[in-house]
Amino acid sequence: MKVLVPVKRVIDYNVKVRVKADQTGVDLANVKMSMNPFDEISVEEAVKLKEKGKATEVVAISVGPQQASETIRTALAMGADRGILVKTDGDVEPLAVAKIFKAICEAEQPGLVILGKQAIDDDSNQTGQMLAALLGWPQGTFAHKLELADGSANIEREIDGGLQTVEVKLPAIMTTDLRLNTPRYASLPNIMKAKKKPIDEKTPADYGVDTAPRLKVLKVTEPPKRQAGVKVKTVSELLDKLKNEAGVI
Amino acid sequence: MASLVIAEHDNKVLKDATAKTVSAATQLGGPVHVLVAGSGCGAVAEAAAKLAGVEKVLLADAPLYAKLVAEPVAELILSLAGNYDAILAPATTNGKNYLPRVAARLDVPQISEILKVVSPDTFERPIYAGNAIQTVQAPAGKKVITVRTTAFKAAEATGSAAVENVAAAADPGLSKFVGEELSKSERPELTSAKIIISGGRGMQSGDNFHLLEKIADRLHAAVGASRAAVDAGFVPNDYQVGQTGKVVAPELYIAVGISGAIQHLAGMKDSKVIAAINKDEEAPIFQVADYGLVADLFKAIPEMDEELAKLGY
Repeated sequence: MKVLVPVKRVIDYNVKVRVKADQTGVDLANVKMSMNPFDEISVEEAVKLKEKGKATEVVAISVGPQQASETIRTALAMGADRGILVKTDGDVEPLAVAKIFKAICEAEQPGLVILGKQAIDDDSNQTGQMLAALLGWPQGTFAHKLELADGSANIEREIDGGLQTVEVKLPAIMTTDLRLNTPRYASLPNIMKAKKKPIDEKTPADYGVDTAPRLKVLKVTEPPKRQAGVKVKTVSELLDKLKNEAGVI
Repeated sequence: MASLVIAEHDNKVLKDATAKTVSAATQLGGPVHVLVAGSGCGAVAEAAAKLAGVEKVLLADAPLYAKLVAEPVAELILSLAGNYDAILAPATTNGKNYLPRVAARLDVPQISEILKVVSPDTFERPIYAGNAIQTVQAPAGKKVITVRTTAFKAAEATGSAAVENVAAAADPGLSKFVGEELSKSERPELTSAKIIISGGRGMQSGDNFHLLEKIADRLHAAVGASRAAVDAGFVPNDYQVGQTGKVVAPELYIAVGISGAIQHLAGMKDSKVIAAINKDEEAPIFQVADYGLVADLFKAIPEMDEELAKLGY
């Protein structure tokens, strides 16, 4: 079974985001970029499946600028076998990304596609579910645990009240949540080896997908700032403030 | 333009998230219908019919919908979508699961987690864990929207809409519910609690969360946790408040032994009042806290328990 792992190049999760003064977006100039943290979990899960002999090949795919090839390289260093970069300029909305992935799935015929549940830049949480719908495949989102069986998979999911398990027929889409695994660090020898692994370069036109945004971003602004309040000295002072000043207890 | 709101419920109780989504839907201007998909969920439909602003409740009562599994629920919504200009769901794990399937099949973009309806086609939504707010305008055509429920007031239960049965859609036969493990608690749910007390890495162990539970029981509060506390294995993930957990906005949020990482603040900074207890006076949580107490939580929390008892809580 082949496993496809989409990876997205995003602003590193440790970077404090700054909104541009002209309100057109956030400042990405000279900012550290990394693989979306949920996608690292996807790569780890796929590579583990290969190590267990359940996956035959792991293909890392990315839609993004030329530099997204570095993100694919990271996935290759973690153990993916080859990459596909679909080169685009500017932001591509989840629906267009899902359409590109659908075309890639039709060509590659994977048994499982593992995506991060959301990218930490646009926080949309859509691509996996949209891909599943376009392909007419089932989905196991926010995965906590994966158990593969013959022709199906049991996916334990993180839900608001706890955990839920669904059985999905394969091929299927899975999106990862934080506790699925702990992604490995790529070792130096594996980073060197990854440089020799192939990355195919494509364009959205190769898949007949129009990536023009449908949503119009009118502006991007700073959220309202919270002011630091006062320090209290004792527990009883704290309770007094909460009861008599704020009136919340 | 008519809107369809997908109800969040557990087949017995209509969740507050539905009332909040209805309130977002009413701001779009047209009539609002609510779809209750579930199994043996007639009482839920009756409750939805009472929400102010709801004109009609559609009830799809079938075993197939008992657990709101994404594939069949998406088919059901699609079977009704032709009558509506907008389809809204709360941004719960259910809404986030089934709604993008609907958007993709309708070939429209989804607008996730709206915070505000600026006009019937323009919305504010958070990006970068709430560190920036994007104002987006949807194209003409159907709008598919998830609603961050903490940003909207619940519609009141002053209405009296009719309940109409709708037929179940065909089961796509792709998936099935196997089982669930739900956290059992007598305390309120995190996303609807008026008071939340959360613990972070500073709690040092899962056992120590009992200290917070005692306070929670006195204040009728929910117990939450930071990602650090969840990652350390102190408490299950459904306790998690933050960008990657639940987003909450209670009247009072008490952060205990939580440093205040960006990803945690993203989940609680819209709380009305924030109190923080941390022994590190430089902890970033104090920059957003209305009331900060620099103290060892293992002294402060038992003391708080005693003081609350004295005050009659």
